[in-house]
Amino acid sequence: MQAQTNIDNLESQAAHEAHDGLEIEQLKPGQEAWRRLKKDKLAVAGGCILIAVVLVSVLAPIISTHNPNTVVNSNRLLPMGTPGHILGTDHLGRDMLTRLLYGGRISVAIGFTAVGIAMFFGITIGLLAGYYKGFFDTLVMRFIDILMAFPYVLLAIAIIAALGPGLLNAMIAISIVGIPYYARIVRGTVLSLREQEYIEAQKALGASDLRILFKHILPNSLSPIIVAATLDVGWMIIAASGMSFLGLGAQPPTAEWGVMLSDGKDFLRAAPHISLLPGMAIFIVVLSLNLLGDGLRDALDPRLKQ
Amino acid sequence: MCAEHYLEVKNLKKHFPVKTNFFGQTLSWLKAVDGVDFHLNRGETMGLVGESGCGKSTLGRLIINLLTPTEGGVYFENQNIYDLRGSEQKRLRRKMQIIFQDPYGSLNPRMNIGDIIAEPLYIHGLAQGMGAKKRVRQLLDYVGLSSYHASRYPHEFSGGQRQRVGIARALAVNPELIVCDEPVSALDVSIQSQVLNLLEDLQNELGLTYLFIAHGLNVVKHVSDRVGVMYLGKIMEITDSQELYGNPLHPYTRALLSAIPIPDPGLRRQRIILKGDVMSPIDPPKGCRFCARCPDAFDLCRDREPELVEYSVGHHVACHKVRRDAAG
Ligand SMILES: Nc1ncnc2c1ncn2[C@@H]1O[C@H](COP(=O)(O)OP(=O)(O)OP(=O)(O)O)[C@@H](O)[C@H]1O
Ligand SMILES: [Mg+2]
Repeated sequence: MQAQTNIDNLESQAAHEAHDGLEIEQLKPGQEAWRRLKKDKLAVAGGCILIAVVLVSVLAPIISTHNPNTVVNSNRLLPMGTPGHILGTDHLGRDMLTRLLYGGRISVAIGFTAVGIAMFFGITIGLLAGYYKGFFDTLVMRFIDILMAFPYVLLAIAIIAALGPGLLNAMIAISIVGIPYYARIVRGTVLSLREQEYIEAQKALGASDLRILFKHILPNSLSPIIVAATLDVGWMIIAASGMSFLGLGAQPPTAEWGVMLSDGKDFLRAAPHISLLPGMAIFIVVLSLNLLGDGLRDALDPRLKQ
Repeated sequence: MCAEHYLEVKNLKKHFPVKTNFFGQTLSWLKAVDGVDFHLNRGETMGLVGESGCGKSTLGRLIINLLTPTEGGVYFENQNIYDLRGSEQKRLRRKMQIIFQDPYGSLNPRMNIGDIIAEPLYIHGLAQGMGAKKRVRQLLDYVGLSSYHASRYPHEFSGGQRQRVGIARALAVNPELIVCDEPVSALDVSIQSQVLNLLEDLQNELGLTYLFIAHGLNVVKHVSDRVGVMYLGKIMEITDSQELYGNPLHPYTRALLSAIPIPDPGLRRQRIILKGDVMSPIDPPKGCRFCARCPDAFDLCRDREPELVEYSVGHHVACHKVRRDAAG
């Protein structure tokens, strides 16, 4: 009787395991996320738009027919649809399409670079603070709390005020403003990960702190960072354009979306397209980044796993 | 106690701060492990039993130096493990390993099984490239998995299979002593016995020493040579397995034993139901920490903490009542 039950148990378990083997597709966690992302139409659309924008911006010198900074007084304020100037010209007779393309280069470059810098410092700080805790954690995180207590834009303006206006300084400023955000996310993830048994197992095996941090903790805290970074590129682009609009970032005559927006504000009645077009460009890029970011968040969230 | 024990735990304490005031001073302590003494002999399995939250895992983590004790020491081959630094510490890590309770949390979800098992080989420079691959295959074979499992990820495995992976990882460094922290309590009953058998086979084959943690006496019964019973951070009774099940002395041990279901319905045993809740390990009052729930408690128990006393060879009990009865 006893033996019979045991055999039954073993058999049902073997069947159970065989069933498991069939049911579960053999995919890496990353591949699974990719499969889920591909199913999300909005995210795919966002990603495609983004790729198109990046391509067009990079290829701006090849695609465009004009020089972005050549002033042609006879061509001032041409409306959209004018032959030779499909998107019209601005108040100095510069081709809008060309300027938009060149502006895209700056905005995209600034967005990604600023996020890259903010991520680098934020992740480093977050990893160290979360892993070692103690005095370093208290000191750094209190300082970060102070930074976060300021409104983003105000803090960026304050930093530019200290560094002086200009495209590079604006980028540095918005990078600094972004650091606390990443430090917080990473620290939070690390705090929960360091208590995980697989991290303890690495310690018990004698792994060095560096190995634990970079081989085990960082890869597992990557998904919230990726989502945050995608959403953040959009924010950085808006912030950089905002700084330029206020005259703190890129300076005229540079073709930059914020600068163009600012240029057009005196001609809103006569030639609304001068402001509208760069505004639309910012809107589309930020929207596509947000769609992609939301899609990534869903794709990377293990709780949504079927 | 004599000095030549394989592993000796002396007056080990771990207190966690639970409440601190504004200036960072600790106001109260959670005494997870509060003065534990015992030893392990080479090649034996020592069971450690106690209710949830009594400090078993904390004790296990202290013994393999994952936690630093508040007080006391652990002597492994007569060396206090907390005195070791750097390369000596790393060498010790190869001798002592741990298997965790939760098969879902103990494997890195972003690494495949092969990489998980190879990690210890890389950490200690034991093998590389093809050598590492071969060793991983060998380890998988040891724990009853196949070599094609190496390229799979943890989420593709059942709990029992994951626990096998955890065992293979621990074995990768050729340890002598393994702390098994409730290795089967998260598994189905049918799979429990398979994993227990695996652990037993490995012990016979590799001459391992186990500290086997469990929360009920029934699991430990079949695998342990000796058993220690823990209650709120203290060892209450410790003796050979047979002696413990045949002649339990501490009232808490008796209550635990009476809770094991008997398969024969014709046999009836009086079940001792403990009254009251487990006391909080935060700032325990003086006296015996079991006395509030003890059916045999008397005045002395509320007053003074009983010491662990040896009543017959190797049978240690911490109880005033037992002591009084023994005195006559
Ligand atoms: N890092 C920590 N900080 C504060 N308290 C802790 C910490 N680790 C454990 N504790 C506390 O110490 C006590 C003992 O915990 P431990 O995990 O050792 O219990 P256990 O006997 O293993 O229980 P279980 O059977 O549930 O695994 C518990 O009250 C727990 O809350
Ligand atoms: Mg435990």
